[in-house]
Order: sequence, then structure tokens, then C-alpha cells
Amino acid sequence: MTSELKLPANFEDYTDAKKNGFLRVMKLKEEGKKVVGTFCSYTPSELVMAADGVCVGLCGSSEDGIAFAEKTLPKNMCPLIKCSYGLAASDACPYFYFSDMILAETTCDGKKKMFELMKKLKPVHVMQLPPGREGTGALDFWEQEIRRAALAIGEQLGKEITEEALHRAIVQKNRERRAMVELYEVGRMEPCPVSGYEISTIMDSLQFMFTSEEKIKLLEEKRNEFLARAAEDGKGRRKPRIMITGCPTIGVRDKIIKQAELLGASVVAFDSCSGPRAQKEAVSESGDPYLALAKKYLNINCAVMSPNPGRLDALDEMIADYRIDGVIEVVLQACHTFAIEAAEVKRFITKEKKLPYLYLETDYSQADSGQIDTRLSAFLEMMQ
Amino acid sequence: MYFIGIDIGSTAAKTAVIKEGQEPRCFVLPTGWSSRETAETIRRRLAEEEIPVETEETKVLATGYGRISVPYADRCITEITCHGRGGAYLSGSGDCTIIDVGGQDTKVITLEDGVVTDFLMNDKCSAGTGKFLEIMANRLGSHISGLFELAEGGKPLAISAMCTVFAESEVISHIGSGAPREDIAAGVVDSVAAKVAQLCMRHGGDGPCVLTGGLSEQAYFAEILSGKLGRPVRGLKDGKYAGAIGAALLCMDMR
Repeated sequence: MTSELKLPANFEDYTDAKKNGFLRVMKLKEEGKKVVGTFCSYTPSELVMAADGVCVGLCGSSEDGIAFAEKTLPKNMCPLIKCSYGLAASDACPYFYFSDMILAETTCDGKKKMFELMKKLKPVHVMQLPPGREGTGALDFWEQEIRRAALAIGEQLGKEITEEALHRAIVQKNRERRAMVELYEVGRMEPCPVSGYEISTIMDSLQFMFTSEEKIKLLEEKRNEFLARAAEDGKGRRKPRIMITGCPTIGVRDKIIKQAELLGASVVAFDSCSGPRAQKEAVSESGDPYLALAKKYLNINCAVMSPNPGRLDALDEMIADYRIDGVIEVVLQACHTFAIEAAEVKRFITKEKKLPYLYLETDYSQADSGQIDTRLSAFLEMMQ
Repeated sequence: MYFIGIDIGSTAAKTAVIKEGQEPRCFVLPTGWSSRETAETIRRRLAEEEIPVETEETKVLATGYGRISVPYADRCITEITCHGRGGAYLSGSGDCTIIDVGGQDTKVITLEDGVVTDFLMNDKCSAGTGKFLEIMANRLGSHISGLFELAEGGKPLAISAMCTVFAESEVISHIGSGAPREDIAAGVVDSVAAKVAQLCMRHGGDGPCVLTGGLSEQAYFAEILSGKLGRPVRGLKDGKYAGAIGAALLCMDMR
């Protein structure tokens, strides 16, 4: 049976954050700032910072825009790609509207082909991401792609990227990463003083803040707030500690993360691309900054990489660090790379780690919310 | 002391009553258009048998998709956990795979030591569920058990569409071409068994399977499914009550 999710009075939900960010980005534009729209954690945002621009994550997490996108894109396709394109093409994403350029990567087939269509709407620079780390020259190639992107950004934003500026951006972004990881690691506490719904909302809302300092300030404030909460909280009934893995969950947060917690779970860890998986490793602050960026970003454990063994290592480490009782894998409809990799993830979780594992394939609609509730409830009953 | 399990599915509402120290007694009602009203009918039916639901003497656990519509339930548990518990009780085996072909969901549940350790449900699609059988039986002017009787005497015709609506069109063209009713019925059963087998194989496992839910007593279905899986599939007497009995037993476990 469900209960209410307790959220603090100062909680800003994702929709509010998106709306408030819109006003901030408008103001920045009026002040003459250049804005670069991005979609993915493979984007080396340091390049944009070094060109004195601001990065903004573009909208791609709601049902809006999907019907519009389906005029052009296939129906049986990832909702994230459909939504991103649909909102951009129908002028319904203010961040896309205000972007001077889009910085994108050839992460998966759906995205790279969609970017070809998006180029008709805006200047889109597409970085060619190698399909794996093992191929001859993969790292070299990616480093060259980062250099090529730096030139494109410099040209589009009218500001040449110097090595000094890039170094400063790397140092600053590393501080931001550390602050993110520290906030995520509040989830290691038992009992966890914060809901996964709240923590993931804060993390995903960071894309609507436009200076590194304000992000770090928010992350530190929130961390202190949660630690203080932990000191106040008495020990309640122990809840199953759940890790979420798989595709980005912004568009299904309410349907899955919030519901899981309403049904009695404590979502404490996120192995998703906005989670610590992408943030943990810093960019080396010495040596050639381009090579340092190439090394860090190529190491992100997304299922688009083949092979992708680092994901299992990361899961293994997080299961221990966060004392996980069960793993829920969220796969967006028609995301082939995560859907296929799920077979290996399931084997690892159930056979090697001997933990319960639930696979949920879904999209942004509410059509399956009843069935998802039943699956989540049954999964949690397995842990009682 | 009474322990009552109420399993309100999309098609049928099953009730199991366990009086302490006795075997479960069960009855079934159609779910109809209102789960809430069905829950009230069950309450009245229990009252007639002098089992008052809202006393300290009685514990009620509701399950099935209508579980939230039983106002007098002390607890709600999903049908997955309940079918696991009930299937283990009825089959006498705590280590098996339970297959429940329900009205709108088909579930494959792994039991180890009587506990659910993994499960898989069908996608948002009615192929391979009771709903599919019901629609096709109606098309053939029959009902579900009539459909199985017909199927036993037929040679399966191909029904390959995975979508119920398209499969119905296939059935209609078989009817139009004058194919024997038995052969069409056999094709329908084969198609459901193939879809259920596919779900089972995706789920994995290799031990014996136990069929619960509405098709549990259809020996012919168990036989066809077993052939497709290459694993023994066993039906159960009172298997359609597995969810309700499981709910009543869980109620007893939790007191």
C-alpha cells in the first residue's frame, strides 16, 4: 500500500526548475552570453566553459513533442530522442530556442540520425564518438574529435579556446563533479535521510543552473541539509535499499522512482548517465588538456560502448558501497544497447551478486503505470 | 479465526476462506464492471455463510488488479506473491516455475524454497493471455472451455499475428475460407501456448512448471505448453484459486 512521500517545503520539482531556468537563460542571453545546448553526458562541457559560453541540457523527458516528432521519426523509437526532436522542431523547448548551437555526439544510431534532421533547425556540431574503447586509435580519434569540437565552438561563439582557459574549466568542472559525487554519497547512509526522488530531481535540475559556482553552492547546501536531517531522523522500519540502473530516468522519474518509494523502497543509488558513473572520475589537471578530456569522457560506461565491462565493475562497487538489496533496470522503449546489455546485467546481479533484479521497459506515456506498480510492488514483496 | 484471500482479476473474482486448521473453501464470481461492487457482493456472500469480515476474528488480504477496491481488506499484496504462495501450497512443491495465464496478464514466477525469487510479466499486449482466448472463443461462437474441447479434435491452423486484433482477422479469414472450427480452435490454443512459452523461455529456468489461474484445469493446454517448452507442465485442481488461496495463506503467515 502506498504512503505519502515526505518532501521538504523548499523542494523544487523538475518542472519548476525547468521553468525557473528558462527565465535565467533569457536574462543571460540579454546580457550577451552564448548558450550551447547539449543532450548527453559524453559532452565535454569544459570546452563550452572555456569559450565563456554556458551549457544547457535540452528538453527530452516528457510526452509533449512525441506526437509532433512522429510526423517524421519512426514510432518504434526511444522516447528521449523523439521528445528531444519533437520539442525542438515544434519550438516548444525554450532552451533549444535560445541555444546558439547544439553540441552533440554520435552516441547511438537513433541520436546520430536524428541530429542530421536537427541540423536543418540550428547549427549542430556532431562529435564522432568511437563505438568502443578497444579499436585501434580510438582514444586518438576521440581526442581529435574534441579538438575539432573546440574549433567549432570557438568559431560559433566568437571566442577562441586557449589551453589556459581550458585548464581553468577543467579545474572548475572537477570541483562541480566532486560536489555531485559527495551529494550522491549521502545515499550510502543507512537509513538514507533523503528520497531517491529528491536526490535525482536535484541532480537533473542542475542543468538549469548556469554557473559552476551556483551549482556547487546548491549541492553543498543540500548535502548539509540531508546530513542534518539524518541526525534528526529516528530509525524507522528498514526499507529495501534499491539501485536504479540503465537509461536516463528524467522522463520516467515519477512513474518509477517516485512510485517505488511510495510503495516502500528507499532508492539510494543511481547507476545512470547522470549518476556517479559519469562523475566519479575527474579529468586529469596536468598534461595536455585535450588528451585528459578524451581519456575521461571515453571512459563513461554507457551501453553504447562495445564492449562495456566497466559498467559491471561500477555496479559491483556501488552494490557494496551503498549496501544494495535489489536492482531495478530501467530501459526506455527501443533503446537497443541497454536492452541487450540487460541480459548480462541481469546475470551479474542475480547469479554473481545473488540479488533480486527487476527489468522495466517503458516509455513516457502513462499507459503502463498500473502494470509498473504491480511489478514494483511484487519486486519489493520479494525483499520482505 | 478466519483467513480470507480475495483475488479480483480482470475477469473473475476468486475468494478463498481458511478456517483455522481446515482446508480452504473457495468460490468465484464474475468481476463485472465494478471491482468495488464485486467486493461488496463477496462481503454479502461471506455474511450469508456467517463469516463477518470486519471483526477481530477475520483477517482479509486482497490481491489481483482490483485489490485496491476491497475496502474491508486488512492488507494488499500483488498477485505475483500470492500465486507463488498458493501455487506452492497446491502443488506441494516450493521449487518450481509457476505460470499464471490471467485475463490480462500472463506471469512466469520462479519459486525457490517456496519464496518468489524472480518473475516476468507480458508486455502491454493481450496476446498470450486469457483475453485473447476469450475473444477468439467468442468469434467461434463458443466459450473458453468449449474452445479447448474443440481444439482437442483439430489440427492447428497457423495464426501467426502477435497482435490480438490482427490475429482475430486471421481467424476471420480462416472462417471465411471454410476451415473446420476444430482446426481454427486448435490454432488459437497453439498460438497462446507459443506466446506463453516464449515468455517462459525468456524468463529462463529448466525445472518443472505448474500452471495456475483460469487455465490450470485445462489439461489439454498444459500438454500443448509442455510440448513447446520441453519441460513438464502440470495443471492443478482448484488452480484458478491459487491467487486467492495464496492470499489467505499469506494472511495466516502474517498474523
